[in-house]
Amino acid sequence: MSLWVDCYRPKSLDELHYHEGLSARLRALAGSGDFPHMLFYGPSGAGKKTRVACTLRELFGKGVEKLKIDQRVFMTPSRRKLDVNIVQSNFHLEITPSEVGNYDRVVIQELLKEIAQTQQVDINARHRFKVVVINEADTLTRDAQAALRRTMEKYMSNMRIILCANSTSKLIAPIKSRCLLVRVAAPTEQEMMKVMKHVADRQNFRIDDDNVIQEIAQDADGNLRKALLVFEALKMQTGLNGPITIAKPDWETYCHKVGDMIIQEQSPQRVMEVRTKLYELLSHCIPPSVVLKTIASHVVDKVDESLKADIMHWAAVYEVRMRVGNKKIFHLEAWVVKVMSLYKHFVYGIDMSSFD
Amino acid sequence: MAFFQQSSREPARHAVDPSLQPWVEKYRPKTIEDVSAQEHTVAVLRRTLTSTNLPHMLFYGPPGTGKTSTILALARQLFGPDNFRSRVLELNASDERGIAIVREKIKGFARQTPRAQVVSSDGNTYPCPPYKIIILDEADSMTQDAQAALRRIMENYARITRFCLVCNYVTRIIDPLASRCSKFRFKPLDDTSTSTRLASIAKAEHIDVPESVISTLINTSQGDLRRSITYLQSASRLANSTSPPTPITPADIQEIAGVVPDEAVSRFAAALGIESNDMDVDGVSKVKGFDDIRRKVKGIVREGYSASQLLTQLHDVIVEHPTLTARQKAQSALALAEADKALCDGADEELQILEVALNVHKAVTS
Ligand SMILES: Nc1ncnc2c1ncn2[C@@H]1O[C@H](COP(=O)(O)OP(=O)(O)OP(=O)(O)O)[C@@H](O)[C@H]1O
Ligand SMILES: [Mg+2]
Repeated sequence: MSLWVDCYRPKSLDELHYHEGLSARLRALAGSGDFPHMLFYGPSGAGKKTRVACTLRELFGKGVEKLKIDQRVFMTPSRRKLDVNIVQSNFHLEITPSEVGNYDRVVIQELLKEIAQTQQVDINARHRFKVVVINEADTLTRDAQAALRRTMEKYMSNMRIILCANSTSKLIAPIKSRCLLVRVAAPTEQEMMKVMKHVADRQNFRIDDDNVIQEIAQDADGNLRKALLVFEALKMQTGLNGPITIAKPDWETYCHKVGDMIIQEQSPQRVMEVRTKLYELLSHCIPPSVVLKTIASHVVDKVDESLKADIMHWAAVYEVRMRVGNKKIFHLEAWVVKVMSLYKHFVYGIDMSSFD
Repeated sequence: MAFFQQSSREPARHAVDPSLQPWVEKYRPKTIEDVSAQEHTVAVLRRTLTSTNLPHMLFYGPPGTGKTSTILALARQLFGPDNFRSRVLELNASDERGIAIVREKIKGFARQTPRAQVVSSDGNTYPCPPYKIIILDEADSMTQDAQAALRRIMENYARITRFCLVCNYVTRIIDPLASRCSKFRFKPLDDTSTSTRLASIAKAEHIDVPESVISTLINTSQGDLRRSITYLQSASRLANSTSPPTPITPADIQEIAGVVPDEAVSRFAAALGIESNDMDVDGVSKVKGFDDIRRKVKGIVREGYSASQLLTQLHDVIVEHPTLTARQKAQSALALAEADKALCDGADEELQILEVALNVHKAVTS
């Protein structure tokens, strides 16, 4: 049995719950033959992928739901073999660059060329072009982005590209210039509550207390996927009657612990302890900037007002360094040490003033 | 069945229905005279059409200003449709461009000696000068090594080939290569050229575009003609999809262009303590301290606006503000500049917006 998030995922533009204006626009675009290249952007869990899937369905009909997974082998310039799984239908295919690491350019280049040079063979197809969906487009390397540029123009009669990204700032200007940008905002709390109610209806149960789902919506912070997952888990565990406690994911609790450690004690020894914990988090593939942000926002909740802005400032500074640099742990640690020093000075400062 | 197979084998180009073509391709300049706003470049290139002598060239400028279009048009005018394929080699970033490959391809291509043909199949005469053109589009994504190797190649085949390098950032082209070329800078399109071009497209497509929409297009695309054409086409598509068709409005364009609504920017600015004169934002309570700012930032991040777009608009509000002091503006500008750089380096958007919000708040309330 699949999860509620998947089972009740809308399949067509009409079924989408919120951003009706946007759905109408997508319908209008899909109804015409001159569908542009598109870039969907917005926070994660806002429903970009669902919206893309619905748009594809609007473009090509039910056929896009017949997916098959293709095993493909690509050759890197250094003659290494790359195995990549590609999800595709007769009308479109999907790539996620992070699955191919640094060789995304090779894969994209090969795939796009291939598609661009083949014709749609299905004579019943509604459009003569195929669509290539690139997920997590903001993780594309610069090289891969450059490789897209002219391809996007040259092969426009056979191919359209749909990019999905959390933010547009990591995409180079020439790519943005070639796409129609589509912003998908996170749903509001009310909108998320509506979706949860809809799911409850389909599952044939009633929600007696709106406060419960409101709490779930608040906690989800605009991430509808998260809200639905929590919703289902809580329903299974508690039946959703009465007050609920939303369990935080392990890594988040772990980050909070690290935050507490920083505030409790500021010493070289403590730095070492924190370091082990940071390594632990990183080795579980929690993205370093998520680690930093989570710890930072926990720390600022616990300290004096006058320190908050500084702590966040340094978080911003070290986060950039992390992106530019190679060793994530260095910059995470540097931030930890910085915060400890700020905190110690602050406490020390008060001690001093109470003397006179 | 045989019938279908045959038709599917037909070259793609003939099958494209012009009404389904994206306007950017449909209205790509066919001749260099057709290129808007790049008068200087066009004037120089026009002379090469008659003298048939061409230097190596380097085109550079921001996206959507006509670089690729110009060189393709020029090549077509020089060689005509018959010889275009045999005389022009286009290599771009999507092709494999390791040094070895570039060398091989160019070697093979440049070896066959060009022979001029006078009258073309379409009845026109083309100059068809005795050399080939190699277009290296998006040259700024070539590695330094490949560029260095290109130097020798350019010299070795100088007699029978001309190179045209096309790029966005001229600084990414190594000096020895750049110095071998005549450089042509493509400016962002000025307002009148954009407006004329858009108006003529609107006329050809039989759509009604009010003046206000054109000026919104100009503002939102910042000299990138490709972008304004795409916006216009999408807007007209949307306007036509309702029944009865509605006219295109500036608000449509803003939405398509991803501009943060003025109201949202003003509210955000007001929350940070920047008084707004021309707008009624009384409803906005000023922030009190860190947690409030953080909440405001979270809210705006959830809307999914692009951070750089938001900061650009916030910048405009601050810089043009009537009562903020020069010092306050300068401090805010500094914060914005730092954030912009950080975003280019791939920084987290939420952290950067928060950083700017905190700094601006500090600047305007001190
Ligand atoms: N100066 C111009 N005159 C007329 N049309 C233009 C001009 N500049 C851009 N366009 C329009 O924009 C489209 C894209 O232009 P072009 O491909 O030449 O841009 P580019 O400078 O090569 O951009 P990039 O750096 O992104 O490759 C063209 O198809 C044309 O419709
Ligand atoms: Mg170009």
